[in-house]
Amino acid sequence: MSEPINFHFDVDGENFSSAGEASVIVKKKLRQLGIPPDIIRRVSIAMYEGEINMVIHANGGKADVTVYDSEIVITLADRGPGIPDINLAMQEGYSTARENIRSLGFGAGMGLPNMKKYTDSMEIETELGVGTTITMKVSLQ
Amino acid sequence: MKLDKIMEAAKLTVLSPDMTLPEEFDGVYVGDLLSRAMSRVEEGCLWLTIMNNINVIAVASLADAAAVVLCEDVRLTDEALEAACSKGVCVLCSPLGAYELCCVINEAGHE
Repeated sequence: MSEPINFHFDVDGENFSSAGEASVIVKKKLRQLGIPPDIIRRVSIAMYEGEINMVIHANGGKADVTVYDSEIVITLADRGPGIPDINLAMQEGYSTARENIRSLGFGAGMGLPNMKKYTDSMEIETELGVGTTITMKVSLQ
Repeated sequence: MKLDKIMEAAKLTVLSPDMTLPEEFDGVYVGDLLSRAMSRVEEGCLWLTIMNNINVIAVASLADAAAVVLCEDVRLTDEALEAACSKGVCVLCSPLGAYELCCVINEAGHE
């Protein structure tokens, strides 16, 4: 059993130009580790969506990706406004993104649904006015 | 499909001389919403869009698109062009609309 490998990122909430940078770096790192391409794709999609959500809705946050022997764990933690209705937020097409954000191509309402779809498990801990932590796992077995 | 089979008919130009053209592509996705594209653009496919900002480059890079094709003569922002070059994402441009481009690609596939 080998030691877990962790990648940590501070996601800048002010900068739409750099949104997705952490995901691109994670993808490169996973390739270097020899992770299968289909796993990398799933992790990349889930991570990207989470990263974008933190930029759009929560003024940034912290992202951690940990590679274990049996799974990859992605943890995204922010101090944003929290999610008032998780069931509603999980519906495809539902979005609270502002119009100026939508004009950039975001706000399709596919962020959380994609994160759930492309991972083996997803847990959301959220508290209004405190923040949200999302933990996603992708099995390597 | 070989990219050079459609370059002329699709009126494609490469936005930067530094970009390496893929020899082939496999499939096409048309769309402007980034989350949709993120999950639907397959490795090696062409992504037809009118979105021209830097986030398109991030999605194309993550999805391993063969190339982004900007329809209707849309050009990349300077910031996006710089990102495309640094990330090795090939971006092409055409005066044709998405529908016309799909028709050209479909016809070429049957030749």
